[in-house]
Amino acid sequence: MSKVGLNETVSADTARQFGLDAEEFARACRIMGRTPNFTELGIFSVMWSEHCSYKSSKVWLKKLPTTGKRVICGPGENAGVIDIGDGEAAIFKMESHNHPSFIEPYQGAATGVGGILRDVFTMGARPIANLNALRFGSPDHPKTRHLVEGVVRGIGGYGNCVGVPTVGGECNFHPSYNGNILVNAMTVGLARADRIFYSKASGPGNPVIYVGAKTGRDGIHGATMASAEFTEDSEAKRPTVQVGDPFTEKLLIEACLELMDSDAIVAIQDMGAAGLTSSSVEMAGKGGLGIELDLDQVPTREENMTAYEIMLSESQERMLMILKPERQDLARRVFEKWELDFAVIGRVTETGRLVLKKDGKTAADMPVGPLVTEAPLYERPWTSAPAFPELAAKDVKAVEPIAALRKLIGCPDLSSKRWIWEQYDHLVMGHTVQRPGGDAAVVRIPGRNKALALSTDCTPRYVAADARRGGAQAVAESWRNLTAVGALPLAITDNMNFGNPERPEIMGQFALAIEGMREACLALDYPVVSGNVSLYNETNGSGILPTPAIGGVGLIDDAAKSATIGFKRAGETILLIGETRGHLGQSLYLREVLGREEGAPPAVDLAAEKRNGDFVRAQIRAGLVSSCHDLSDGGLLVALAEMAMAGGIGATVALPETLPAHALLFGEDQARYALTAAQPDDLLAAARQAGVAAQILGKTGGDALTIRDIGAISVAELRRINEAWLPAYMAAAS
Amino acid sequence: MQAAIIVFPGSNREQDVYDALHRAAGKKPLKVWHRDGDFPKADLIVIPGGFSYGDYLRCGAMAAHSPIMREVKARAEKGTPVLGICNGFQIITEAGLLPGALLVNKTLKFHCKDVHLKVETSQSVFTRGYNAGQVIRVPVAHHDGNYFADKDTLDRIEGEGRVAFRYCTAEGRLDQDGNANGSARNIAGLFNEKKNVLGLMPHPEDATDPLLGSTDGQGFFQGLVEALA
Repeated sequence: MSKVGLNETVSADTARQFGLDAEEFARACRIMGRTPNFTELGIFSVMWSEHCSYKSSKVWLKKLPTTGKRVICGPGENAGVIDIGDGEAAIFKMESHNHPSFIEPYQGAATGVGGILRDVFTMGARPIANLNALRFGSPDHPKTRHLVEGVVRGIGGYGNCVGVPTVGGECNFHPSYNGNILVNAMTVGLARADRIFYSKASGPGNPVIYVGAKTGRDGIHGATMASAEFTEDSEAKRPTVQVGDPFTEKLLIEACLELMDSDAIVAIQDMGAAGLTSSSVEMAGKGGLGIELDLDQVPTREENMTAYEIMLSESQERMLMILKPERQDLARRVFEKWELDFAVIGRVTETGRLVLKKDGKTAADMPVGPLVTEAPLYERPWTSAPAFPELAAKDVKAVEPIAALRKLIGCPDLSSKRWIWEQYDHLVMGHTVQRPGGDAAVVRIPGRNKALALSTDCTPRYVAADARRGGAQAVAESWRNLTAVGALPLAITDNMNFGNPERPEIMGQFALAIEGMREACLALDYPVVSGNVSLYNETNGSGILPTPAIGGVGLIDDAAKSATIGFKRAGETILLIGETRGHLGQSLYLREVLGREEGAPPAVDLAAEKRNGDFVRAQIRAGLVSSCHDLSDGGLLVALAEMAMAGGIGATVALPETLPAHALLFGEDQARYALTAAQPDDLLAAARQAGVAAQILGKTGGDALTIRDIGAISVAELRRINEAWLPAYMAAAS
Repeated sequence: MQAAIIVFPGSNREQDVYDALHRAAGKKPLKVWHRDGDFPKADLIVIPGGFSYGDYLRCGAMAAHSPIMREVKARAEKGTPVLGICNGFQIITEAGLLPGALLVNKTLKFHCKDVHLKVETSQSVFTRGYNAGQVIRVPVAHHDGNYFADKDTLDRIEGEGRVAFRYCTAEGRLDQDGNANGSARNIAGLFNEKKNVLGLMPHPEDATDPLLGSTDGQGFFQGLVEALA
């Protein structure tokens, strides 16, 4: 953004520099009944940015199912809330910090973690787990190594310090992210179901309190930046990236939770994107009230900050609260104990207007309602991309399976991400039952036997080839990963990362992905309770693979019964659940072994997903399953290799002759699981009864993975290949 | 046994050690906020892990100069057992209760993973739950755990039998493969002269529950409870 002088007269031209088009500027003037001043224009621009207003996505997001018997609070608040029994609620959300992380990877990723933590503890939850979904460009791209290094250090630097375990996530590489990486951070918190805090203002005359860190000039117009495409000179935007202070965040968590034990708080909202502007406008807007702020009372860390700068700053670790007046002193003592700023900066009014005072003068005076309700809403034109044709197995070259397996388990997407997750404290708090590396992380609820299962999932190449199928698959895979550890999947948060919505083909990806997600959420009883939309993920007109990342939360009644992927002992029977058709279109085999990104993604049969998943979960809960793994990227042979590596035990399997070996071993058909059982007969009988396809593949044992009549590879060699790539890549000179 | 856990702004593993002590002793430890004027009587003082004051100046440096640490030092001199884990080790070292310093890991990275430790002696309140030479598996989670002291100091520590734990391989070999962070002589835990103060980087408190992957830390807390009951 070029520098605009404070005294400059506001015009349509100024508005355009602020990201508002001529029609939007005219609308702002109409709402004001005059031309807005500079500060007011700034407020319009951030409130009506894509990031805050969801103006391109809202009409589509409404199609997602957001209710269910477990849902306490769906989208629209700081985070989603679900009932997990025993009077407890899980509060969670995933949010992107893509553009800042590309510009300044350490701070961008760190503040992404900080922001999503605040969304969760704002609602009264103690954060108990963090996850992150990361997409980087090609490993060969000159910036990738530096970005991986910085993002991982940033996530660790923040999460480790605040003392919330980072228990899971995913990390993929693809050239489409070369100029626009994705950093999606998810936080899950735990609260009492009868003690949820919301942001709706009430009680005219109640004091408006600012707590946390001081306000500086950092991050001004971050929300607007997040709503524009990248160009070559985007790195000049580094000053719009915020700086994180996890120590202050830790104090803020403890102070807020301590105060939440009392009845002092009427409403609370964190200052995230668009800072004081969005927090004050949203709180007043939800309450149908007004708010008056004296900006001279805002704690600042720089001198001579203008009303515009104070309102648009995205300085981190700040919260806005509305308190009961008689509890103000109590609240002040709590924040003083934690050595945090506490300032009364205004009051709730009945006027329905946002009034800002600065230096004794009125700096802005605008109606709150229309800022929110009359925000532009677009039904952008969209086109459906021609479907990628189905690719038959006979048109895909058969490579010797063991050689293909070596290639796959050592490729960037499937290689071990230990280098990443060992830099995250995934154990702090002492409740991590399943650490990173399995199908889902499992975190016990303190003081209970039950646990939450958590994962993030998306297969962007599927979404690119068929957005509807890909959207459904992302939800189904999330559901399957939670099921594979024995959890009942309860609800999701979605992080919709797409390109420029003004291009009809991108809008088409968005619309169809939502349609697929909707179908899957309905079929699997898996509602969306929170989410975030990140559009304009393009650099110089080239979009990313469409990436609707799904963060899933499931419940395990008895944490001791969760299933893990590693083989447990020799001599157990290995079974394959679900039907195998040998679908190789868009498979990793096709991409990594043959260098082709072609074909339609696998079909998603939601009835089969449900049937097979419910069956597998029931068997795990009945104690009949000793290890379980969902089949996804890389197909059956990769899954078996991962189970062998995790358990340090080999296996011998024989292939049925129904399909060509490469289709059987590497096809990515959905709704499938591999599992082991000591007593397979009971399990097979139950499968027959449930109408679930189940077949015996072989037995665990030995120190190699052997495919009869085809070949073998030792578990030690598998591990060596799987662990080698990422550390070697990161250690190599740029 | 009454344990007191000191909480600084930025402490974050106080609950982990609280749970481990509670489980072992059957009695709830006290959490003592660093500015509480009234420091209760305790049989064991614990300085837990975390990032006190954000570790912004140098790990543990600011907490080491807080007023409550004067009282901790005074009680340590009178013989009260003091346990500093991770950031707590850094704090008591900065406070001068133990010699040497904890530098950044040799990899320059934070590491959270299970490591193996060789118990050097069972002759202390902290290690009596183990046999000398026993190998245990417990997690580490730190960025600055690389123990450093000059050669004379190291020789003196060794001579006085003050090394409590050393990083080792799963088989118990004391080589660089088993050295989690580059520490001098693989030192993971260290006593003061009277062996009533222990600093250690690993987290036995996160290895006391079968559900969480290792119970090798149970001996640590059970031994303490038996000694101080």
